[in-house]
Amino acid sequence: MNIGVIVFPGSNCDHDCEHVFKVVLGQKVTMVWHKETSLAGLDGVILPGGFSYGDYLRTGAIARFSPVMRAIKEFAKSGGLVIGVCNGFQILLEAGLLPGAMLRNRSLHFVCKDVHVRVENAATPFTGACMPGQVLKIPIAHAEGNYYTDPVTLAGLQANAQIVFRYCNPDGRVTPEANPNGSLDNIAGIRSAEGNVLGMMPHPERSAENLLGNEDGRLLFASMLESLKKRPLKMVSA
Amino acid sequence: MKAKIHVTLKQGILDPQGKAIEHALDSLGFTNAGNVRVGKYMELDVRETDKAKAEAQVKSMCEKLLANTIIEEYRYELVLT
Repeated sequence: MNIGVIVFPGSNCDHDCEHVFKVVLGQKVTMVWHKETSLAGLDGVILPGGFSYGDYLRTGAIARFSPVMRAIKEFAKSGGLVIGVCNGFQILLEAGLLPGAMLRNRSLHFVCKDVHVRVENAATPFTGACMPGQVLKIPIAHAEGNYYTDPVTLAGLQANAQIVFRYCNPDGRVTPEANPNGSLDNIAGIRSAEGNVLGMMPHPERSAENLLGNEDGRLLFASMLESLKKRPLKMVSA
Repeated sequence: MKAKIHVTLKQGILDPQGKAIEHALDSLGFTNAGNVRVGKYMELDVRETDKAKAEAQVKSMCEKLLANTIIEEYRYELVLT
Protein backbone atom coordinates (compact mmCIF):
# COMPACT_ATOMS: atom_id res chain seq x y z
CA MET A 1 0.00 0.00 0.00
CA ASN A 2 1.05 3.56 -0.60
CA ILE A 3 0.16 5.76 2.34
CA GLY A 4 0.33 9.54 2.09
CA VAL A 5 1.45 11.54 5.11
CA ILE A 6 0.30 15.14 4.74
CA VAL A 7 2.87 17.68 5.87
CA PHE A 8 1.68 21.13 6.90
CA PRO A 9 4.00 23.90 8.08
CA GLY A 10 4.19 23.03 11.77
CA SER A 11 3.32 19.33 11.53
CA ASN A 12 5.59 17.47 13.94
CA CYS A 13 4.31 13.90 14.01
CA ASP A 14 4.71 13.41 10.27
CA HIS A 15 7.93 11.41 10.58
CA ASP A 16 6.50 9.26 13.37
CA CYS A 17 3.66 8.33 11.02
CA GLU A 18 6.11 7.70 8.21
CA HIS A 19 8.20 5.49 10.50
CA VAL A 20 5.23 3.38 11.57
CA PHE A 21 3.93 2.75 8.07
CA LYS A 22 7.35 2.29 6.48
CA VAL A 23 9.51 0.59 9.09
CA VAL A 24 7.02 -1.07 11.43
CA LEU A 25 4.45 -2.11 8.82
CA GLY A 26 6.61 -2.31 5.70
CA GLN A 27 4.51 -0.10 3.45
CA LYS A 28 5.37 2.56 0.91
CA VAL A 29 5.00 6.06 2.27
CA THR A 30 4.71 9.29 0.33
CA MET A 31 5.24 12.56 2.16
CA VAL A 32 2.73 15.04 0.73
CA TRP A 33 3.54 18.74 1.17
CA HIS A 34 0.44 20.81 1.87
CA LYS A 35 0.83 22.70 -1.42
CA GLU A 36 0.20 19.53 -3.43
CA THR A 37 -3.09 19.40 -5.30
CA SER A 38 -3.30 15.71 -6.13
CA LEU A 39 -3.32 12.49 -4.13
CA ALA A 40 -3.19 10.26 -7.19
CA GLY A 41 -1.73 6.82 -6.51
CA LEU A 42 -2.31 6.90 -2.76
CA ASP A 43 -4.30 4.20 -0.99
CA GLY A 44 -4.87 6.11 2.21
CA VAL A 45 -3.80 9.36 3.84
CA ILE A 46 -2.95 10.44 7.35
CA LEU A 47 -3.05 13.99 8.67
CA PRO A 48 -0.46 13.97 11.45
CA GLY A 49 -0.31 15.85 14.72
CA GLY A 50 1.57 19.04 15.34
CA PHE A 51 0.90 22.73 15.36
CA SER A 52 0.00 23.56 11.78
CA TYR A 53 0.39 27.29 11.19
CA GLY A 54 1.33 27.70 14.83
CA ASP A 55 -2.28 27.05 15.86
CA TYR A 56 -2.93 30.67 14.92
CA LEU A 57 -6.55 31.83 15.22
CA ARG A 58 -7.79 28.34 16.13
CA THR A 59 -6.21 24.90 15.85
CA GLY A 60 -6.52 23.74 12.25
CA ALA A 61 -8.28 26.93 11.13
CA ILE A 62 -5.62 28.02 8.66
CA ALA A 63 -4.44 24.57 7.55
CA ARG A 64 -7.92 23.81 6.29
CA PHE A 65 -7.31 26.30 3.46
CA SER A 66 -4.10 24.58 2.31
CA PRO A 67 -4.29 23.52 -1.37
CA VAL A 68 -4.03 19.84 -0.42
CA MET A 69 -7.28 20.04 1.53
CA ARG A 70 -9.31 20.26 -1.67
CA ALA A 71 -7.68 17.00 -2.84
CA ILE A 72 -8.33 15.41 0.57
CA LYS A 73 -12.01 16.34 0.35
CA GLU A 74 -12.22 14.73 -3.09
CA PHE A 75 -10.30 11.69 -1.86
CA ALA A 76 -12.68 11.32 1.09
CA LYS A 77 -15.72 11.83 -1.11
CA SER A 78 -14.58 9.03 -3.39
CA GLY A 79 -14.30 6.68 -0.39
CA GLY A 80 -10.58 6.97 0.31
CA LEU A 81 -9.41 6.24 3.86
CA VAL A 82 -8.43 9.38 5.76
CA ILE A 83 -7.21 9.44 9.35
CA GLY A 84 -6.49 12.62 11.29
CA VAL A 85 -4.57 12.39 14.55
CA CYS A 86 -4.59 15.22 17.10
CA ASN A 87 -3.93 18.36 15.04
CA GLY A 88 -4.99 16.29 12.03
CA PHE A 89 -8.34 15.69 13.76
CA GLN A 90 -8.62 19.41 14.49
CA ILE A 91 -8.00 20.19 10.81
CA LEU A 92 -10.65 17.67 9.70
CA LEU A 93 -13.15 19.37 12.03
CA GLU A 94 -12.32 22.85 10.75
CA ALA A 95 -12.55 21.58 7.18
CA GLY A 96 -16.00 20.15 7.86
CA LEU A 97 -14.95 16.60 6.99
CA LEU A 98 -16.04 15.63 10.50
CA PRO A 99 -18.69 17.37 12.61
CA GLY A 100 -18.00 19.43 15.73
CA ALA A 101 -15.22 21.61 17.08
CA MET A 102 -12.45 21.57 19.67
CA LEU A 103 -12.42 23.70 22.80
CA ARG A 104 -9.53 24.31 25.18
CA ASN A 105 -9.05 21.46 27.63
CA ARG A 106 -11.27 21.85 30.65
CA SER A 107 -8.15 22.09 32.85
CA LEU A 108 -6.57 24.71 30.54
CA HIS A 109 -3.43 22.57 30.64
CA PHE A 110 -1.57 20.87 27.85
CA VAL A 111 -2.05 17.22 28.77
CA CYS A 112 0.61 14.72 27.73
CA LYS A 113 0.11 11.22 29.10
CA ASP A 114 -1.08 7.70 28.36
CA VAL A 115 -4.85 7.39 28.42
CA HIS A 116 -7.21 4.49 27.90
CA VAL A 117 -9.85 4.46 25.21
CA ARG A 118 -12.60 1.95 24.60
CA VAL A 119 -13.28 0.78 21.07
CA GLU A 120 -16.96 1.66 20.66
CA ASN A 121 -17.15 0.59 17.04
CA ALA A 122 -14.94 -2.27 15.88
CA ALA A 123 -16.60 -2.42 12.47
CA THR A 124 -14.73 0.53 10.92
CA PRO A 125 -11.82 0.33 8.46
CA PHE A 126 -9.63 1.67 11.30
CA THR A 127 -10.66 -0.71 14.07
CA GLY A 128 -11.35 -4.00 12.29
CA ALA A 129 -8.46 -5.68 14.11
CA CYS A 130 -9.86 -4.65 17.52
CA MET A 131 -12.44 -6.45 19.63
CA PRO A 132 -15.66 -4.53 20.33
CA GLY A 133 -15.19 -2.85 23.69
CA GLN A 134 -11.44 -3.49 23.72
CA VAL A 135 -9.47 -1.07 25.86
CA LEU A 136 -6.43 0.47 24.20
CA LYS A 137 -3.69 2.44 25.91
CA ILE A 138 -2.62 5.31 23.67
CA PRO A 139 -0.94 8.60 24.61
CA ILE A 140 -2.49 12.02 24.18
CA ALA A 141 -0.63 15.33 23.90
CA HIS A 142 -2.84 18.34 23.37
CA ALA A 143 -4.29 21.52 24.84
CA GLU A 144 -7.39 21.64 22.61
CA GLY A 145 -8.98 18.23 22.70
CA ASN A 146 -12.22 19.09 24.43
CA TYR A 147 -14.64 17.88 21.78
CA TYR A 148 -17.86 19.83 21.42
CA THR A 149 -20.84 19.64 19.15
CA ASP A 150 -24.50 20.64 19.36
CA PRO A 151 -26.96 18.19 20.97
CA VAL A 152 -28.59 17.24 17.65
CA THR A 153 -25.25 16.36 16.04
CA LEU A 154 -24.19 14.46 19.16
CA ALA A 155 -27.39 12.40 19.06
CA GLY A 156 -26.63 11.65 15.40
CA LEU A 157 -23.08 10.53 16.23
CA GLN A 158 -24.42 8.23 18.95
CA ALA A 159 -27.23 6.81 16.82
CA ASN A 160 -25.00 6.11 13.81
CA ALA A 161 -22.16 4.51 15.81
CA GLN A 162 -19.86 7.32 14.69
CA ILE A 163 -18.19 7.52 18.09
CA VAL A 164 -15.27 5.16 17.57
CA PHE A 165 -13.29 5.75 20.79
CA ARG A 166 -14.30 6.96 24.26
CA TYR A 167 -11.94 7.82 27.09
CA CYS A 168 -12.28 5.22 29.81
CA ASN A 169 -10.46 3.88 32.84
CA PRO A 170 -8.15 0.84 32.52
CA ASP A 171 -11.13 -1.46 33.16
CA GLY A 172 -13.05 0.01 30.25
CA ARG A 173 -15.52 2.02 32.27
CA VAL A 174 -16.37 5.39 30.72
CA THR A 175 -16.27 7.74 33.71
CA PRO A 176 -15.89 11.51 34.16
CA GLU A 177 -12.55 10.88 35.92
CA ALA A 178 -11.23 9.06 32.83
CA ASN A 179 -11.99 12.09 30.66
CA PRO A 180 -8.69 13.97 30.31
CA ASN A 181 -9.96 17.12 28.61
CA GLY A 182 -13.69 17.58 29.19
CA SER A 183 -14.76 16.09 25.87
CA LEU A 184 -18.49 15.72 25.38
CA ASP A 185 -19.58 12.15 26.08
CA ASN A 186 -15.89 11.23 26.69
CA ILE A 187 -15.34 11.34 22.93
CA ALA A 188 -11.76 10.54 21.89
CA GLY A 189 -12.41 9.75 18.23
CA ILE A 190 -15.22 9.88 15.68
CA ARG A 191 -15.76 8.73 12.13
CA SER A 192 -17.66 10.32 9.28
CA ALA A 193 -21.20 9.22 8.44
CA GLU A 194 -19.82 7.29 5.45
CA GLY A 195 -17.22 5.69 7.72
CA ASN A 196 -14.04 6.33 5.73
CA VAL A 197 -12.79 9.38 7.65
CA LEU A 198 -11.56 9.01 11.23
CA GLY A 199 -10.42 11.73 13.62
CA MET A 200 -8.90 11.00 17.02
CA MET A 201 -6.97 12.92 19.65
CA PRO A 202 -4.79 10.04 20.98
CA HIS A 203 -1.59 9.29 19.04
CA PRO A 204 -1.57 5.69 17.79
CA GLU A 205 1.70 6.35 15.93
CA ARG A 206 3.41 6.88 19.30
CA SER A 207 2.34 3.48 20.57
CA ALA A 208 2.82 1.18 17.62
CA GLU A 209 5.89 -0.87 18.44
CA ASN A 210 7.29 -2.98 21.24
CA LEU A 211 10.44 -0.94 21.41
CA LEU A 212 8.36 1.93 22.77
CA GLY A 213 6.69 -0.35 25.28
CA ASN A 214 3.24 -0.20 23.76
CA GLU A 215 1.84 -1.69 20.58
CA ASP A 216 -1.85 -0.87 20.98
CA GLY A 217 -1.82 1.90 18.39
CA ARG A 218 -0.54 -0.50 15.78
CA LEU A 219 -3.95 -2.18 15.68
CA LEU A 220 -5.41 0.89 14.01
CA PHE A 221 -2.88 1.00 11.20
CA ALA A 222 -3.03 -2.76 10.75
CA SER A 223 -6.82 -2.48 10.49
CA MET A 224 -6.45 0.23 7.90
CA LEU A 225 -4.08 -1.87 5.77
CA GLU A 226 -6.27 -4.96 6.12
CA SER A 227 -9.30 -2.98 5.01
CA LEU A 228 -7.43 -1.56 2.02
CA LYS A 229 -6.30 -5.05 0.97
CA LYS A 230 -9.91 -6.18 0.83
CA ARG A 231 -10.87 -3.37 -1.52
CA PRO A 232 -11.43 -4.59 -5.06
CA LEU A 233 -10.24 -1.45 -6.78
CA LYS A 234 -7.35 0.83 -6.08
CA MET A 235 -8.62 4.14 -4.88
CA VAL A 236 -7.50 6.85 -7.22
CA SER A 237 -8.28 10.45 -6.52
CA ALA A 238 -8.63 13.19 -9.10
CA MET B 1 -13.01 51.40 6.53
CA LYS B 2 -11.80 49.72 9.68
CA ALA B 3 -13.56 46.65 11.03
CA LYS B 4 -13.33 45.95 14.74
CA ILE B 5 -14.25 42.34 15.36
CA HIS B 6 -14.89 40.51 18.64
CA VAL B 7 -15.08 36.73 18.76
CA THR B 8 -16.14 34.96 21.95
CA LEU B 9 -17.34 31.51 22.92
CA LYS B 10 -21.11 31.21 22.68
CA GLN B 11 -23.12 31.62 25.85
CA GLY B 12 -23.71 28.21 27.33
CA ILE B 13 -20.34 26.85 26.22
CA LEU B 14 -17.93 26.44 29.12
CA ASP B 15 -15.13 29.01 28.95
CA PRO B 16 -12.42 27.57 31.22
CA GLN B 17 -10.23 30.65 30.81
CA GLY B 18 -13.12 32.88 31.81
CA LYS B 19 -13.75 30.67 34.84
CA ALA B 20 -10.09 30.84 35.91
CA ILE B 21 -10.13 34.62 35.62
CA GLU B 22 -13.38 34.78 37.54
CA HIS B 23 -11.81 32.83 40.40
CA ALA B 24 -8.78 35.12 40.35
CA LEU B 25 -11.00 38.20 40.47
CA ASP B 26 -12.92 36.66 43.32
CA SER B 27 -9.73 36.04 45.28
CA LEU B 28 -8.74 39.67 44.70
CA GLY B 29 -11.93 40.70 46.41
CA PHE B 30 -13.99 41.51 43.33
CA THR B 31 -16.70 39.20 44.56
CA ASN B 32 -19.39 40.91 42.52
CA ALA B 33 -17.73 40.06 39.17
CA GLY B 34 -19.24 37.12 37.29
CA ASN B 35 -19.79 35.51 33.91
CA VAL B 36 -16.29 36.31 32.63
CA ARG B 37 -15.90 35.48 28.95
CA VAL B 38 -12.54 35.57 27.19
CA GLY B 39 -12.43 36.27 23.49
CA LYS B 40 -10.37 37.58 20.62
CA TYR B 41 -10.26 41.06 19.24
CA MET B 42 -9.25 41.63 15.63
CA GLU B 43 -8.95 44.80 13.58
CA LEU B 44 -8.64 45.00 9.86
CA ASP B 45 -8.92 47.57 7.12
CA VAL B 46 -11.38 46.96 4.32
CA ARG B 47 -10.66 48.84 1.13
CA GLU B 48 -14.28 49.68 0.50
CA THR B 49 -16.20 52.94 0.78
CA ASP B 50 -19.70 51.48 0.66
CA LYS B 51 -20.60 50.55 4.23
CA ALA B 52 -23.15 47.90 3.26
CA LYS B 53 -20.64 46.16 0.99
CA ALA B 54 -17.92 46.33 3.64
CA GLU B 55 -20.31 44.92 6.19
CA ALA B 56 -21.27 42.01 3.94
CA GLN B 57 -17.59 41.24 3.45
CA VAL B 58 -16.74 41.34 7.13
CA LYS B 59 -19.69 39.11 7.94
CA SER B 60 -18.50 36.63 5.34
CA MET B 61 -14.95 36.73 6.77
CA CYS B 62 -16.32 35.95 10.22
CA GLU B 63 -18.47 33.08 8.98
CA LYS B 64 -15.74 31.52 6.83
CA LEU B 65 -12.63 32.00 8.94
CA LEU B 66 -12.49 34.42 11.84
CA ALA B 67 -15.05 32.58 13.99
CA ASN B 68 -15.98 28.93 14.25
CA THR B 69 -19.73 29.32 14.54
CA ILE B 70 -20.15 25.88 16.10
CA ILE B 71 -18.59 27.21 19.30
CA GLU B 72 -18.12 30.95 18.83
CA GLU B 73 -20.18 34.05 18.19
CA TYR B 74 -18.93 37.28 16.70
CA ARG B 75 -19.84 40.93 16.54
CA TYR B 76 -18.21 43.76 14.67
CA GLU B 77 -18.37 47.45 14.05
CA LEU B 78 -17.19 49.42 11.07
CA VAL B 79 -15.63 52.82 11.45
CA LEU B 80 -14.48 55.26 8.80
CA THR B 81 -10.72 55.66 8.66
